[in-house]
Amino acid sequence: MFSFIICIIAIGCLILSALKSREKTMLSLQISWKTFKNVLPFILTIIIVIGFLLTFVPGPVITNIIGKKAGFLGVIIAAIFGSILLVPHFIAAPLGGSLLRQGASITSIAAFITTLVMVGIVTAPMESKFMGKKFTLWRNLLSFGFALLIALIMGSVLK
Amino acid sequence: MKKILRQYGLLIILSVLTMALYPFLPDRASNISRISVQYLIEVLSILPPVCILLGLLDTWVPRKIVEKTLGKGSGVKGAGIAILAGTAAAGPLYVAFPIAVSLLNKGAGVFNVVIFLCSWSAIKIPMLMFESRFLGLSFAGLRVALTIPSAIATGFIMDRILHPGAK
Repeated sequence: MFSFIICIIAIGCLILSALKSREKTMLSLQISWKTFKNVLPFILTIIIVIGFLLTFVPGPVITNIIGKKAGFLGVIIAAIFGSILLVPHFIAAPLGGSLLRQGASITSIAAFITTLVMVGIVTAPMESKFMGKKFTLWRNLLSFGFALLIALIMGSVLK
Repeated sequence: MKKILRQYGLLIILSVLTMALYPFLPDRASNISRISVQYLIEVLSILPPVCILLGLLDTWVPRKIVEKTLGKGSGVKGAGIAILAGTAAAGPLYVAFPIAVSLLNKGAGVFNVVIFLCSWSAIKIPMLMFESRFLGLSFAGLRVALTIPSAIATGFIMDRILHPGAK
């Protein structure tokens, strides 16, 4: 149902766009296709990794590492993984969803997602080349702190 | 060929492994297939419209105007435009760095540029639809609601750190 609504929105916007400018619509479809082509291999891979994960890693193991029982340490572990890994959001969302199903806590998954999008250790050299060392250091440090804060709030609001 | 192998290598290995598991652990192997197919259907039903929306937003929000307005605008208006600009664009964060540099060169403040980078990385409307599908609407919604003030706070703090002395 949710996907259906989004399909309708996308098609509606596409028609509107085509009515206004055929060139721009073609250009945006090219961008869409490029994005799709780039993320598809990652997504197909993560889908089967999720299959393995949910089949072979027992729920209690996940609960112990990033579940409620793991407490704040689990949240930190999730945040560190999120800061280091460089995976598109397209992959993080299904992965996070499957981990939630296996007993991970909302705080941990929120910490993982927020640090993933806001903190980039792998991209830091590139960021500092463009923005400078001081900028990069502070942006990532502050983002890490705020990401943890966001995760803690989300964990206490969403039960 | 090499590129295809690098992109799909792990996928091929894991698929073959699943096939190989069937004779030995039929339950586990069919479980893997069942979960993967279920996720595949979910992903394929939402990925194409999300990509279409990403493309449309990227072309229809004119980057030139954004750069011009962000360069001058400050305060609430600047922050608002910075958030919108970051939200609309497609592409990973490292695509945004060169744009951020050009914004700084055009006279945009650190405050705006930080907010632009934060919203570029954390808030994308089509991505949020995708996120809602797998983590729930309240998860995605709350994450955005909390990210916006954090981005503004980060921008404010960094503005003070990088420009000591300026009011």
